[in-house]
Amino acid sequence: MTNLEKYIEAFAEGLEIDKDVVKEGLEYQSIPQWDSVGHMGLVAALEDAFDIMMDTDDIIDLSSYEKGIEILKKYEVEI
Amino acid sequence: MYLDIDLKERNKTAALSDLGNTITYGELVDVSGKIKDIIGERNLVFVLCRNTIDSLVGYISTVASSNVALLLGADTDNDLLDNLVRTYKPQYIWKPVSHEGFKQEDFECLYTYGDYKLVECSVDNKLNLHEDLALLLTTSGSTGSPKLVRQSYDNISSNAKAIASYLELDDRQKPITMLPMNYTYGLSVINSHLLVGGCILMTEYSYVQKQFWDFFKTQGSTSICGVPYTYEILKKMRFFRMELPTLEYMTQAGGKLIPELHKEFAQYAADKNIRFYVMYGQTEATARMSYLPHEQSLSKCGSIGIAIPGGEFSLIDDKGNNISSSNVTGELIYRGQNVTLGYATSSNDLQKGDERGGVLATGDMARRDEDGYYYIVGRKKRFLKIYGNRVNMDECENLLQGKYLDMECACVGIDDHMKIYVTKQELNEEILDYITGKTGLNRKAFEVIYIPEIPKNDSGKRIYSALS
Repeated sequence: MTNLEKYIEAFAEGLEIDKDVVKEGLEYQSIPQWDSVGHMGLVAALEDAFDIMMDTDDIIDLSSYEKGIEILKKYEVEI
Repeated sequence: MYLDIDLKERNKTAALSDLGNTITYGELVDVSGKIKDIIGERNLVFVLCRNTIDSLVGYISTVASSNVALLLGADTDNDLLDNLVRTYKPQYIWKPVSHEGFKQEDFECLYTYGDYKLVECSVDNKLNLHEDLALLLTTSGSTGSPKLVRQSYDNISSNAKAIASYLELDDRQKPITMLPMNYTYGLSVINSHLLVGGCILMTEYSYVQKQFWDFFKTQGSTSICGVPYTYEILKKMRFFRMELPTLEYMTQAGGKLIPELHKEFAQYAADKNIRFYVMYGQTEATARMSYLPHEQSLSKCGSIGIAIPGGEFSLIDDKGNNISSSNVTGELIYRGQNVTLGYATSSNDLQKGDERGGVLATGDMARRDEDGYYYIVGRKKRFLKIYGNRVNMDECENLLQGKYLDMECACVGIDDHMKIYVTKQELNEEILDYITGKTGLNRKAFEVIYIPEIPKNDSGKRIYSALS
């Protein structure tokens, strides 16, 4: 599985949404599933998928699909 | 005047938003006067709430001008809104300019404030509102029930005073909004701080967003409030490592915090010299009934504490007799000035006065320890607290039965998680969509499980114990 596939899968699993919804433009609160509850599910799914531990600053900065890709670079994950 | 807003220094800031907007206590008094000039007194006004200054102004000016406000979330399901309008026929609505919830679009706009407007609704409707009635709140806000709690001026002011007293609030306080304004706990934070002349930091951002914490730090918020789920998220966010030098106290209500988490936050607070209060309340008691004094938050971990100043707890057994010995479980009874007038299910009920006489049977089962501290051990009624929201499982069953006529269902669960057993297959996704749409709660809270038959006893009642 490529990192992009893993990334999309983590979003789908963390937010409990279909994979085809996971794309550019997806933002916090742009869908009902991505609220504060869904957000922590997403963080946990990303941490599991890439075996990382995110800092608070990155957890609260994870505001969109695109932002997530940028943040993961800090953890040496290239999407 | 309401919450003594006219007794504060006129130029003192009452609220500040993350957009940089402010409102002073003097301006709040002025807008209240304007509203009274435009619509008069004793009208029913629906206020569609957000955590913004414009929304706050709608709420305060409605109640301070002797009109009665029903507070609803601006994101309330449209069917529920329409149902409430039909049931209570409000004369006016205070709503965001962009709000498209109401079908009648010929409402005349009477006044605008920022992004909000006051519009006419059923202006010709003559409502007889009881003179004590100040505010209406929904009981659950979720399952579509139009049942409301009737709160009096005296209820609100006595509860705000009690809260300000035990939390030791003063006019330096700057609480940041972390809960909806139409939610009784979120509202009590606003009310108790306006009463003491504090400054409310208003933001629509959530505590999982960077903008929230930027605002928190720039303005130096002095407190945090949250339901059990908030504290779970804060912990996962590694809150304990955050630098928040202005934080003075934290409160928790809206359900039982698991004891381990209670202990962790209490220990953190003790180490950082922050006051941490676990509290207990219900909309039926305006907001708060008890608090655990911060000095005891470690030694009495898991307890809801003692009654608030002016309030009193007792326990009764199933025959209604008072329980005097310690560590015996009974129903928790509360007495105090903040016990609300009663419920309303129709506009006629708004004429009614006090039906409770200051006594509330909470429906919660509790015990009291040797030192007089109370512990909630269970519930008499079938409801769950999901992310701090009361969700009645019987109402959920009725909703689902009304929607899906060719199946049976039964709801059971523990707090933050409801299991919905259904007798029809392949509806899981659809039911999840429906129930999350109606309740506005994240679907992680719900699980739909197929079962060929709902277990029932001889008289046809569901046997819930066979489902968990």
